[in-house]
Amino acid sequence: MTVRSPSTAGAAGSLDTVSTVSTVSTESRLGTGSAGSPPPPPGPAPGLDPAELDGLRTVPARHPWRWAVGIAALVLLAQFAHGLVVNPGWDWATFRLFFTADTVLQAIGRTLELTAYGTVLGFALGAVVAAMRLSRSAILRTIAWAYVWVFRSIPLIVQLVFWFNLSYLYKRFGFGIPFGPTFGEFETVGVLGALGAAVLGLGLHQAAFAAEIIRGGIVAVDAGQREAAAALGIPRWRQGLRIVLPQAMRGILPAAANEVVSLLKGTSVVYVMAIGELFYQVQVIYGRTGRVVPLLMVATVWYVLLTTVLSIGQYYVERHFSRGARRTPPPTPLERLRAFLRSLPARTTGGNP
Amino acid sequence: MTALTSTGTETATATATDPGTATGPAPMVQVRGLHKSFGALEVLRGVDLDVPAGSVTVVLGPSGSGKSTLLRAINHLEKLDRGYVAIDGELIGYRRSGDRLYELKEREVLRQRTGIGFVFQNFNLFPHLTVLENLVEAPIAALGRPRAEARARALALLERVGLADKSAAYPRQLSGGQQQRVAIARALALEPKVLLFDEPTSALDPELVGEVLDVIKDLARSGTTMVVVTHEIGFAREVADTVVFMDGGVVVEQGPPAEVLDRPQHERTRAFLAKVL
Repeated sequence: MTVRSPSTAGAAGSLDTVSTVSTVSTESRLGTGSAGSPPPPPGPAPGLDPAELDGLRTVPARHPWRWAVGIAALVLLAQFAHGLVVNPGWDWATFRLFFTADTVLQAIGRTLELTAYGTVLGFALGAVVAAMRLSRSAILRTIAWAYVWVFRSIPLIVQLVFWFNLSYLYKRFGFGIPFGPTFGEFETVGVLGALGAAVLGLGLHQAAFAAEIIRGGIVAVDAGQREAAAALGIPRWRQGLRIVLPQAMRGILPAAANEVVSLLKGTSVVYVMAIGELFYQVQVIYGRTGRVVPLLMVATVWYVLLTTVLSIGQYYVERHFSRGARRTPPPTPLERLRAFLRSLPARTTGGNP
Repeated sequence: MTALTSTGTETATATATDPGTATGPAPMVQVRGLHKSFGALEVLRGVDLDVPAGSVTVVLGPSGSGKSTLLRAINHLEKLDRGYVAIDGELIGYRRSGDRLYELKEREVLRQRTGIGFVFQNFNLFPHLTVLENLVEAPIAALGRPRAEARARALALLERVGLADKSAAYPRQLSGGQQQRVAIARALALEPKVLLFDEPTSALDPELVGEVLDVIKDLARSGTTMVVVTHEIGFAREVADTVVFMDGGVVVEQGPPAEVLDRPQHERTRAFLAKVL
């Protein structure tokens, strides 16, 4: 500070001489200038003594509220868990009785069956619709757009009931020349039972969403990739299957996995057609026993388990298609666990110096 | 033929010194009266170009002059509005019937492209395939070569561009210069009659430009027919047999590098060289 005071005095002195000849506004502006600190003089900054600061320990900022909120959340969670155990309404005995009951396991089989058919039909048809939407033919593009528009607009449950009643609209159907002779005919009811109607409804509904997901993935691939493949003379279908699609899969997979999970749960809607899938079966049981909550829990836990399996599968499939996207592939959870276990001895010995 | 050459009146001075019109072997690449518009924008306004077999042609010009479009038109990545491109005596992308040129089916165009190597500014390597898979893909899929043969040739090409140890790497694990050398090897894997380079070093860090230019120089010495669009004047001076200067969608002047680069005849060429040198 002793270094600064002469320069401050100098500024104040010059201020006096200026203010005598200038207007009031200039005087007040310069006045605030004199109240603030003048520009620091050249040379090392004064005030801090390096010798004093040398070797001092740093202390991270404390966050008491972070801890308080975290503990409050844990208390609420513990209360809920406690309730799960002591509240007789959950009726875990009934849950255990039916969780692995044969009828429930059969119903899970039916749920998985519907999910598998819906996924295969939905994504196969969706791939065709996506290819049509990306085609150079304006007619195909328009038809594909209209398909997506219609099937995305109709609620799944409406569609299912509609397909279930298809035989009312078309009693028979056959193969033949359009508007011409027919070679073979079938009773609609015989061919398209409840399960067929459900699969058809789920598949057609799923295809509309799958088409947009696949198209989104393909559009996101750099146009230079297709151009390079074309410049190399690679046949068009192979450009799509070998060059574009594997890269598009990275964009398609997360959304597609979402769709499969939502289809798995969406199969519960087909209970309206009295198909014995998980949710329908659970309803049948609690209709008989009157124990609604434990049986809903049976369905809930199974849905969560199945979704978990799908999520794990998704992780590995995504990992496969991320080849070349990163310089080093990310470790699998198993590899991560092994690395953690290997590092444990080092951590424990390192902790006690 | 007379009708087509008349469209190139603007480049009359260029065609006078054109080696292709002189008596001698037919040029490997022949471009006549090329016109191409994108909407209202006319990018190519009557381009004539002859590239003799085994020669290196470097195309210079300010951005927007139509250099890249010309290059892309040569392997039919761009359709033509008027004019034609022929490589080794074969019309590219079209067939003649009477007084019309009909565009070929995609399958035919793809077959023709296997004879024309193209190296992109942004490499466009396939990121999900290893370096070796990038190189064998087209020979197997487009030419139907046996995998073992394609593999052996790919490894020899990688050796040639100095990347024999990178065959199992993925493109993103390589530097930009290495990626472009792989892209050059990939183009060579088809044993093309002509190699087209679209600003091959423009996406590279300055210190990586040299390694890519060295590979191209090596190819030039081995007698590969090449058309190179670039901004590297030094490279043009050293390697080019012919330097072509384009501006406003036409060839303004062309000739040996010593002539075009050191004694440019046209004001536009002088102005461009003054800016980049």
